[in-house]
Amino acid sequence: MMAALVVLTPFVAAAAGLAVGRNRLLAQRVAVIGTALALALSIGMGVVVWVSGPSVDEWGTIPTGWIPIEVATRADGLGVTVAIMVAAVALCVQIYSTAYMHSDPRYGSFAALISLFTAAMLLVVLADDLIVLLVGWEVMGICSALLIGHHWEREEARSASVKAFVVTRLGDVGLLAGMIVLADLTGSFSISALQTSATASTALTVGLVLMLCGVVGKSAQVPLHVWLPDAMAGPAPVSALIHAATMVAAGVFLVARLHSVYLLSPIALAILAVVAAATMVLAALAALAQDDYKRVLAWSTSSQLAYMLGALAVGGYSAGLFHLLGHAAFKALLFLAAGAIAHAIGTTLLSGMGGLRRTMPMTYLISSLGLAALVGLPPLVGFFSKESVLGAAQEAALHDGPLPAWSAWLVLLAGLVTVLLTAAYATRAWLLAFRGPPRSVATGHDPPPAMRTSLVALAVPTVVLGVLAFTPSVVSGMLDPGGQVAAEPEGVSLHLGTAVISLALVGVGALAAFAEWRRVGQRDPAAGLGRARPVLAEGFGIDRLYDALFVRPLLALSRLVVATDRDVIHAYVRGAGRSARALGGVPHAAQAGHVQGYVTAVLAFVVILAAAGAGAALL
Amino acid sequence: MNGVELAFVLLGAVALGAGFLVVTTSRIVHAALWLAVCLGAIAGCFLLLTAELLAWVQVLIYVGAVVVLVLFALMLTRAPIGPTPGASRGRVVVAATVAVATGVVLLVTLLAGLGGEVIDLEAVDVGGGEAVGSALFRAWVLPFEALSVLLLAALVGAIVLSRGRGDEDGR
Amino acid sequence: MRLAFPLVVSALLFSLGVFGVLARRNAVLVLMSVELMLNAVNLNLVAFDAWWADALHGGQVLTLFVITIAAAEVGLGLAIVLLVFRNRGTSDLTDLGLLDERAENVDQPAAVDQPDVVDQPEAAR
Repeated sequence: MMAALVVLTPFVAAAAGLAVGRNRLLAQRVAVIGTALALALSIGMGVVVWVSGPSVDEWGTIPTGWIPIEVATRADGLGVTVAIMVAAVALCVQIYSTAYMHSDPRYGSFAALISLFTAAMLLVVLADDLIVLLVGWEVMGICSALLIGHHWEREEARSASVKAFVVTRLGDVGLLAGMIVLADLTGSFSISALQTSATASTALTVGLVLMLCGVVGKSAQVPLHVWLPDAMAGPAPVSALIHAATMVAAGVFLVARLHSVYLLSPIALAILAVVAAATMVLAALAALAQDDYKRVLAWSTSSQLAYMLGALAVGGYSAGLFHLLGHAAFKALLFLAAGAIAHAIGTTLLSGMGGLRRTMPMTYLISSLGLAALVGLPPLVGFFSKESVLGAAQEAALHDGPLPAWSAWLVLLAGLVTVLLTAAYATRAWLLAFRGPPRSVATGHDPPPAMRTSLVALAVPTVVLGVLAFTPSVVSGMLDPGGQVAAEPEGVSLHLGTAVISLALVGVGALAAFAEWRRVGQRDPAAGLGRARPVLAEGFGIDRLYDALFVRPLLALSRLVVATDRDVIHAYVRGAGRSARALGGVPHAAQAGHVQGYVTAVLAFVVILAAAGAGAALL
Repeated sequence: MNGVELAFVLLGAVALGAGFLVVTTSRIVHAALWLAVCLGAIAGCFLLLTAELLAWVQVLIYVGAVVVLVLFALMLTRAPIGPTPGASRGRVVVAATVAVATGVVLLVTLLAGLGGEVIDLEAVDVGGGEAVGSALFRAWVLPFEALSVLLLAALVGAIVLSRGRGDEDGR
Repeated sequence: MRLAFPLVVSALLFSLGVFGVLARRNAVLVLMSVELMLNAVNLNLVAFDAWWADALHGGQVLTLFVITIAAAEVGLGLAIVLLVFRNRGTSDLTDLGLLDERAENVDQPAAVDQPDVVDQPEAAR
């Protein structure tokens, strides 16, 4: 019951927001109050679950001619925790947007879409049926595409919107196929049924791997990661909510939700581990060379999501989810701060910033906190969550884990390399934006109160959430997946050895960036990459590869189809018309008005008739 | 061939020759004059066939009135004196074909049916004034009266047409 | 006299008249050709009247009627030709297109073959 209310509240707010969209003040109130209500209801749901345990509510069955869709919601530790996180970040973003989008003429639709998105994400989190989850999943996708294209006057926004939609949809084909395979195995779409009755088999592996396609698309992993950097064409609050904290985390959430089933298939876990390892390193390398601060953060998000998926792949359920929660806090924080910078000086290019520490002190402090959490400095949450991920990988590599040892080693090593790279690019961004001589034309100023509130609100969990590392029972209660599970989740744990190694790597990466910065006279340290820089900057040319392999042939095919329709098929249509007219022209010419012609014709036929008659009479 | 037949052949040749010239000459006024010759030859044929009254009526009305009317019309429509271009070759060919076909059908039909017959000119009641008149005003008086109404209508029509619209309603 | 002679003459005269009606351009000449046809008919009537030795002289009386009607007809016909000449300035039948029903000579506009509008594909980015 509570779960349905939690989902419906922002949905109603979205509808109401669309209705009153013209009235800015009213739309602001509807959006903020709606999201606040959703947060309150989520917390209430959390209390209910804490007191009386997890529950599943069924709301009816939709017959499909095959396996019916059971419209059902579940409230358990995992769902409640993630729902609270989603609602909280959404509330911060809504409050932030009232100031950030203050002069935007389309604020009404913007806020309504954010509310709709929130409802869809909550549906994904709280659904107990795979198809119901898919509904939320797809609504999130369309909201994301529409919000990316919010400034649709700009061509880059339009094309980024289409790209995001198409690439994620491509993954969703695999997702749906996987869901159908799994439903065929268990006879139901229900997640509860799947968790209880799944058994290891080839078909299960196939289904799970297919579902990974959707995860890869939604969570911007290699090879479907290409949409996330371009999605930065959307406004900063959109990037914060959708492309840092929530939608991209939905892929991680899905694997977590079905984790007990995934543990039955080492092959699926191995594939996930390989994908995660590749993405971690590739995305971090690309982040090193970007000039746009938001693009740095986008590639960073891809890399951090790979951390979460890597953790889940090695069986570190709590580690992966802990990192998801922490990342939501500090990445949303970083994006909103980037928005504050853009709001102040009008650009998000690192080459156009500099020395903002003096003109925007509060933003400087907040961003430093966020970047430090990203890098993984204690006592911020990023340190604890990243260490728990690396710890889980080490466990699986050294002892028997649910996946082959080589893939666990792969995740561990890639994780360590990425720690170094993360430190490097985060330090670079920090130095270029906040330290050194100012390069921007406009003078920066700290953001207005509404934006500041959200920044502070997100800074709190960034700093404080790390304490969860020391309360395993709370964590296991928070992340309890409900129902019957194959493995008991334990709390997050840290290993001293990996902690020391990763801190050392952080130091190395940060120092390298700092030294390079000093060497090039406090300008872009990425110059030290030399000729590799352009390759990294455009994401190793994967976009160009996709363009050549898929986009150009498709455009050529569509042009061919249009030409065929116009010149071949349509030619028949036009030809039919023209030949009818031409045929008509023949007797038409006979109606030229020449009287003697008419008389000639009449007389000729009379003569023929007479001849026929005479001939008949004579013969 | 006796004398009557010979005379008929000669007159018929004249009529056909003049008729041929009417339909083929390029000078329009000459065509009207050749028409007069043709009509005159026909009158001669009538005489040979013992239709005396008819022959003179032919001369009076056709040659006298109709030809003159035609000449007046030619003058009023400014028919050129010199040669004028005829119809296009295609039309001439088609017209000739239809005409030849007509002629052939008629000849074949008439000659096949009645080719061997002979007119006994001795036994004919000569069509003089008394004979025709008594037939006209006894047996054919009703069509005669109807015809006079038709002539009246034609007269009225001709007057109406010749006045033109401008004179009539002052538009 | 053999009946064949008048019949041949009249048939040939009739066909000459047909040719004239179909082939002459001047309207007055067409009327003259009609006169030729009527005369051929008259000759036929008189010949048959003589062959039948009709006591009522039906053929000759009918010939009389034909002459009358032809006279009336040619009078009215020429009056019409004169009127047409007065209005149109010509009595040449090839120039008189009053019965022309072809689209370009009639006042109402004819339907024109419109080329269809097909959406061009968006140019590649």
